[in-house]
Parts: sequence; structure tokens; C-alpha cells
Amino acid sequence: MNSQIDLDAITDADRRVLEAIQGGLPLVPHPYAEIGLSIQMDEEEVIERIRTLQQSGVIRRMGIIVHHRPLGYQANAMVVWNLPEEQIEAFGNAVSPLDFVTLCYQRRADLPRWPYTLYTMIHGKDRESVLQRVQTLVELSPLKQQTDYKVLFSSRRFKQQGARYFNQQRTTTTQNDGATQHHPAP
Amino acid sequence: METTELSLQDRRVLNEFQHHFPLSSSPYAELAERLGSSEEEVIGQIKRLKKAGLISRVGAVIQPHTIGYSTLAAMAVPAEKIEAAVKVINRLPQVNHNYEREDEMNLWFVVTAEDEADLEQILTQLESDSGYPVHSFPMVRDFHIDLGFSLDWKHPYSSSNQVHPAAFS
Repeated sequence: MNSQIDLDAITDADRRVLEAIQGGLPLVPHPYAEIGLSIQMDEEEVIERIRTLQQSGVIRRMGIIVHHRPLGYQANAMVVWNLPEEQIEAFGNAVSPLDFVTLCYQRRADLPRWPYTLYTMIHGKDRESVLQRVQTLVELSPLKQQTDYKVLFSSRRFKQQGARYFNQQRTTTTQNDGATQHHPAP
Repeated sequence: METTELSLQDRRVLNEFQHHFPLSSSPYAELAERLGSSEEEVIGQIKRLKKAGLISRVGAVIQPHTIGYSTLAAMAVPAEKIEAAVKVINRLPQVNHNYEREDEMNLWFVVTAEDEADLEQILTQLESDSGYPVHSFPMVRDFHIDLGFSLDWKHPYSSSNQVHPAAFS
């Protein structure tokens, strides 16, 4: 997915900037200057590095990041799908826009134990409505009722904190649109 | 918060600035100019929407697996051994979500590391500390990122809560 990004071109200074902004830009008139203060870098350099990281694709977008958790939904389930390789894209594109599907990831399988490659997080006001919505997805799947899928409701939450790519003891939390985005569980 | 509590300005803030956030000395003032309001108002508005849980943050979405490497991992642990396994897993600072789910594969957690080799090492360590195989399911593709978001049809608090026609095309 990121084969075109030259990871070696990311410098330590870039990493300092990324680390400093991972919890979000401060809500002050000159946020880049404030970020710069925390890492001994001037405002222009912070801005330039962000610009370059955006051009190289390390930063996919800069902007307001909204919570993708639908309001008023109490129940959720992670539903995993075992689809033929060539069907994954069409199914992912079909279900990810549905408003009760908040996460839709393709993941590597771990055969033979775990053949599932598409992961969807389904929300609903209760368990029953989640299951009904899962049926909507089943009907959109290529094999309909023959599709191999599993519904995994969560029963207990043991830990939840923001992603921490950098090992420094920072307390900022982040959302990376990757594996750890949003709650409930990815 | 109900849909009706969101002003047009709130919806514009949520919708129009998800991409291309200004890279200038006074980005919020630029937003204000486009919205026809003031820098102070925009900053206050974002703070309020953040407090209401609608905005997560103003910032960067980083391409997964560039400045770090993460995976969703799972273990199948007998019910009576769950607590002990959780203790072992949660001891790791690199674990940032850990849920029990109703399946034989019952413990699900996210592990982040500096790179792939670092991640492998953490998972191996976890296997030997816990005594259970760790299954790792790294992300290949995020369909939401690839599609991009438009709150006009994506969100229950937006003006239209219809399923996008593309869902069925």
C-alpha cells in the first residue's frame, strides 16, 4: 500500500514533527508555531516539513478529523468475512458507505486458523438490530447466505488508549485511521 | 447531540475542512475567512464540537505502516485463563486496545511498534509470556480512507441520513 513512499527519506526531524502533531494541532491562533516551540523548531520549518510529508504521502490528509461513531448506537459487533480474493474490493466498496459500518478493513488472513480477510464494525441500538444489519450485508455479499462470516460481539473491554508509535512517554492520544482508529475496538 | 442542534456553520466546519487544512501561520483565521466568521469564533466552535465528541482532533492522518507498524492481533484463551492472559498482554505499553469478543478467538488487541521487525519481536515475546499462539492480522486496506468521507451522507447527524447510492451500485 505504501510501496511508493520512500521511508528512508523520513528524517528524525520529520519524526519529531509527526510525534508532536499526533495528538492534534493546538487550538490557538498560531498552532504550528506552538508545535515548533515544543520541539525547538521554527514555525516555517514545521509547516514545510508537514507540506513535504503530505507530498510524499506519509501524511494522507491534514484537517478536522471527525468521530466516525454513529450517535445513539449502543451495540456493536466486529463482523469478519471470508471472501474470494477477487470479491473483496467490490464488497468493501459496497458496504463501507453504509452509515452503520464505521470500520471496513481488509486484513491479512492467518491460515489455516483464520481465513477471514474483510473486517467490518457494525453498529446498532441493540444486539438484535446489529444482527439485522449484518443480514443486510450478507445480502450484499457475492454468495449471500452461503457466505462464510462470523459475528463477534464484544463482551468486555480490558484496555483502550490511543496508538503509540513513538516510545517516548507522551500522553497524547491519537487516531491514525489505521488499525487503532476509533472505538469501539478496531 | 441531535441533528437539529448543529448549526449550518457547525456542519460546514465538520464537512469542509477534513482535507487541505491551511499550512500557514494562522490556519484558523483562514477557515474563518471562508466561513465568514472570526478566528476566535472558529477556535471556540472547534473546541465545542470536540467537547461534544463530534471532532476527534485537528491534525494529520498518517499513512499506516510508514512511521510505525501496527496490527490487530488475537488469541484463543480458555475462559478461566482470560484474566491472567489479559494481565500479560496489557503489561505491554505497545498494546492500545484489548477486547474480549464472543468467539473461540476471544482476545483481540492492537499492537503498535516502530517497524515490522519490532512488531514481530513483541508478538513472539507475547507468545512465550502468555503460552498461547498470537495471530496477527495486519491491515492491507482501509476502505473508508480510500473512499474518503462525506458527512452529507455518512453521518447520522448530517442533513441527510440516506445510504449513499454507491452502496448498491
